[in-house]
Amino acid sequence: MSVELMEFGEAMERFDPVLGLEVHVELNTVSKMFCGCSTAFGAAPNTQTCPVCLGLPGSLPVVNGKAVESAIRIGLALGCSVATWCRFARKNYFYPDMPKDYQISQYDEPIAFDGSVEVEVDGVVHTIPIERAHMEEDTGKSVHVGGATGRIHGADYSLLDYNRAGVPLIEIVTKPVRGTGSQAPEVARAYVTYLRDLLRSLGVSDVRMEQGSLRCDANVSLMPKGTTDLGTRTETKNVNSLRSVERALRYEICRQAAVLAGGGTVTQETRHWHEDGGYTSAGRSKEEAEDYRYFPEPDLVPIAPSDDWVATLRATLPEAPGVRAARLRQAWSFTEREYGDVVNAGAVDLVAATVEAGAAPAAARKWWLGELQRRANEAGVELADVGMSPAQVAGLQGLVDLGVVNDTLARQVIDGVLAGEGEPSQVVSSRGLTVVSDTGALESAIDRAIEANPDVAQKIRDGKVQAAGAVIGAVMRELKGQADAAKVRQLLLAKLGVEPT
Amino acid sequence: MSHILTATAAQLAARIAQGDLSAVEVTQAHLDQIAAVDGAVHAFLHVDRERALAQARAVDDARRAGDTLSPLAGVPIALKDVFCYAGAPTTCGSRILAGWVPPYDATATRRLLDAGLVILGKTNMDEFAMGSSTENSAYGPTHNPWDLDRIPGGSGGGSSAVLAAYESPLALGLDTGGSIRQPASVTGTVGVKPTYGGTSRYGLVAMASSLDQPGPCARTVLDAALLHQVIGGYDPRDSTSINAPVPDVVAAARLADVAGMRIGVVKELGGEGYAPGVEQRFHEAVEALRGAGAEVVEVSCPHFDYALGAYYLIMPSEVSSNLARFDAMRYGLRVGDDGERSAEEVMNLSRGRGFGDEVKRRIIIGTYALSSGYYDAYYGSAQKVRTLIAGDFARAFQVADVLVSPTTPTTAFRLGERVDDPLAMYKADLCTIPSNMAGNASASFPVGLAPEDGLPVGFQVMAPPMADDRLYRVGAALERLLPALVPPRLPGSLAGGEASR
Repeated sequence: MSVELMEFGEAMERFDPVLGLEVHVELNTVSKMFCGCSTAFGAAPNTQTCPVCLGLPGSLPVVNGKAVESAIRIGLALGCSVATWCRFARKNYFYPDMPKDYQISQYDEPIAFDGSVEVEVDGVVHTIPIERAHMEEDTGKSVHVGGATGRIHGADYSLLDYNRAGVPLIEIVTKPVRGTGSQAPEVARAYVTYLRDLLRSLGVSDVRMEQGSLRCDANVSLMPKGTTDLGTRTETKNVNSLRSVERALRYEICRQAAVLAGGGTVTQETRHWHEDGGYTSAGRSKEEAEDYRYFPEPDLVPIAPSDDWVATLRATLPEAPGVRAARLRQAWSFTEREYGDVVNAGAVDLVAATVEAGAAPAAARKWWLGELQRRANEAGVELADVGMSPAQVAGLQGLVDLGVVNDTLARQVIDGVLAGEGEPSQVVSSRGLTVVSDTGALESAIDRAIEANPDVAQKIRDGKVQAAGAVIGAVMRELKGQADAAKVRQLLLAKLGVEPT
Repeated sequence: MSHILTATAAQLAARIAQGDLSAVEVTQAHLDQIAAVDGAVHAFLHVDRERALAQARAVDDARRAGDTLSPLAGVPIALKDVFCYAGAPTTCGSRILAGWVPPYDATATRRLLDAGLVILGKTNMDEFAMGSSTENSAYGPTHNPWDLDRIPGGSGGGSSAVLAAYESPLALGLDTGGSIRQPASVTGTVGVKPTYGGTSRYGLVAMASSLDQPGPCARTVLDAALLHQVIGGYDPRDSTSINAPVPDVVAAARLADVAGMRIGVVKELGGEGYAPGVEQRFHEAVEALRGAGAEVVEVSCPHFDYALGAYYLIMPSEVSSNLARFDAMRYGLRVGDDGERSAEEVMNLSRGRGFGDEVKRRIIIGTYALSSGYYDAYYGSAQKVRTLIAGDFARAFQVADVLVSPTTPTTAFRLGERVDDPLAMYKADLCTIPSNMAGNASASFPVGLAPEDGLPVGFQVMAPPMADDRLYRVGAALERLLPALVPPRLPGSLAGGEASR
C-alpha cells in the first residue's frame, strides 16, 4: 500500500493546519473512580476488580471524592471555569472490554470548561484554547492474541483484563487550534509537554505516556491558504510519546495535503499511528459513527462544588510551569537548552531539591542528568526512584567540593548509596574512598608507572605532553582512583622535566 | 395443619424469641408448605432449603446462648429474583441470566441476614421486572392463590403469591411502576414502595434506576413496617440513598390512628375504566377512614394523565442502557461462541435468544427515545412531565397529608387475557406510576373483595417523600376498621386456622 505524501514545506505553502487535541489523563488516586479497587499499574490480570468495576448486575457506582478534587484542580490550572453544578452522563456503546456497555462520563455538563494555556515554540507564543476538562472512567483492556498486528482484526482470540476498568480519567479537550502554521506539529508536542509538566506539578497523575497514563488523540484538518472553512479532520490514536505526537501530525498533514491537492477528499475517520513505520492507517470510519445516546447517569447524584471548596483547591495550585521555568532558569543560570534537558529528563524537582540542599545548580544538573540518569535507565526505573535522594546528591557534591573525593570516587560513593550502605560520608569512610594526598605515596606510584611505561615516558620528555594520560591512568589504577588526577599530572610532568601546559 | 403458616411475622418472632417455637420448626413448616402448594402456584424460582435451615438453626442457637434477637429473627422471607444473594441463582425471570450466581449480597439481603431472617428462596417475576402479570417470566407464570387461573400481578407476582399461599410470611419486592403495589392489590396483601432513596438499591438488578425502589411485602401492616425498618436507611453504596433516619414506621403501624389526618382523594384516578367493585370498595374504605376521624378532601393532579406516557419513555430509556451489560462476555447465557464468530456476533445472538419480547420491545423504545435528534422530543419532554407530576403532588400535599386512590383499576385478570395487548397490560399501573415518577412513598392495602368477582381490591396511599410513616398509619387503621381477607384454601395446603391479624 503506497500512500501519496506531499513534502511538508510545500504542504505548508498551500494549506493551514487546524489542530484539535484530546488528552486522557489517568489520575493517580489510590482507588478507582466509582469503587474501592486499587488503581496500581501492572498487577496480574483481573485481580483488581469487584462487582462495581466488573459491572455485575445490581452493582452501583459511588464517586471518588479525591478524583473530583483532582479534576477541579486540573480545571483551575488550565484557567477553566469550574461548574457550580454538573452531572455524570452515560455514554452507551457495546464493547467487550467495557463492563457495563456504557461508560460513565460527562457530556454537556463538564466539571471544568473554557480555559486556555500558552506554549512557546522557538520564541513564538501560541495560545491553546481549552474547551473542557471532564471526568470519566477508563475501560478494561483487550489483549488480542494471534494475528500479525496485535489488533483485533485477524486475531485468533482476545483476552480481557478489567484491572483498568474504572480507573479515573480526565479528558482535556482543546477548541480548534488555528494559526500555528508550519509550527503545528511542534505546537502540539509543546502543548502535550506542557500538560505533562503541569499535571506532574499538580501531583494528580503519573503522566507516563508509555504506560498509558497520559494518552493523546491528535486531530488535524487542513484549510487551503486564504480560506477559513474548516476542512475534514482525522483523529489519530496510539500516539504514545511526545515525539510521536509531532511525527504523527506531520505525517497526517503531508498525507491530507496530498489527498486534497490530488482533488480527493479527506475521509473523517480514526487513524492508527504506527511508531515503527512512521505512518498512520485507517481505523474506524466516523461515517458509521455510533450514536452514544448520552443521558444523565441516574445512579449518581449531581456534583455541586461549593465556592469555598473551589477556593481552597485554588490555593493549593502550584506555580504554573511556565512561570516556574522562567524563575528557575534564571536562578540557576542555565541556558534554554540546559534547562530543557532537565525538563525532558523529568528532573526539575530533583535538581531544585538538590540545589535547595546546598549543591551548585550546575553540579546538581550534572549528577541527575549524567550518572544517576544512567543508573535509572539501567535499572529501568524513573529517575526519582533511582535510590538516591536530592539531599544525598547534595552531600556527595559537598564531599567533591571539599576535595575528599574526586569524580571517579564519587561514582563509587553512588554505588555504595544505591547499595544501601548509608549516607555518602558513611560510604566514603566505610569503603575508605578518600583521595591520597600523601605526596610520598603519590611519587612512588608515579615512579613505578614511569618504570613500567618507559616508551611513553620518553615521548612525554620529547614534548608529547598529551601522552601523559596513559601514565596518569596507570597511577590512578594503582591507587584505585583515590588520587587527585590533576595533582598526579603536575608531579609526573615535574619528574619528567616538562613544563605543564 | 399448621397454625405456624397463618401466624404473622410479628407473632412468629415473638414466639421464637420466647422459645415457644424454634426457628427451625417455623422454617420447616414453610418449606413443607412450599412443597405442598408451589407446584400449583409456581411462586418460587429457587428454594434454598439447606441454607434456610442453617440460618434458622443459627437463630435458635443464638437464643439458647442468651443473645438478644432482633425483632424479626427466625422469621422466613422470600426474595424477588432481582435481589443478589451470594451463592443463590439470580435470574430476574430471564433466560439471559440462567445459571448466574452472584458473588455478593445486595444491601437489603445483607441487612436481612444480619437481622436473623431466614431466606427461603427467590420468587418469580416478569422478566427484568417488565410486566404486570408474571406472564413475561421466562420460567412460566405464577398463579394467583385466590384463583389459580388468574394473574398474581406483576412484576412481583411471586412475592405477593407466596404471602397469599402461606408459603412465606414476608417477602421483598422491587417497585418501578407498581411492581410491589399492584401484585399486593390483586392478592389481598400489603405492599409498600418506600420513598425513593429510603431503601438501598445496591445489589438489585436494575430495571430503571431513577424509578426502582425495593420495599416490603407482607400479610399485615405491622409485619410490613417491621420489615421496612430492617431494610430501610442510608447505604453509602447507593449514591441515591438518603442519609436520614428511617421514619418510625413501626410506631405508626401500632398507632393505627387517622383522627385529624387529611385524606386527599385524587380526582383523576377513578371513573371510566375502573371496575365497579374496585370503586365501591375504595369509596367504602374512604368512608371508613372518615368515620374514624379523618378529614376527606378531593384533590386534582391534572398531569397524572400524562404519567403513563412519560413513564413509558423514561423507563425504557434507562432499561435500554441498564440491560446493555448482558452481553455474554462475563456471565449469563452465551450463544454461538463457536470459535469462528466475533464477539459482536456472539453478543447479538445471545441477546436475541436471551431476552423475551417485552424486554426487547422496551430496549427498542428506549434506544429510540435516547437517539440523537429524538432525545429532546421524547426523553427530554418526559422529564418535563415528571417535574409537572412532582408539582401536582407538592400542591396536593399542601391540602392533604396523604393521597389515596385504587391501587389498580381492576381486580386480578385472567392469565392470557392481556398478553397480546401490551397497552392493556400497561394500564394496570395507571395509578401506581405517579409515585415512582415523583419519588415519594406509596403503598397498597387490602380493602375487601369486589362483589362482582369475589377478588381482592387494593387501596393505594401516597405520602410525601420521607413521610412513609403516614402510609402505615392509614394502612393499620384500615386493617382495624375492615374485615380481614382470607384466601381460599389451596389443594394440599398445610395452612390451618384463621389467618392472624
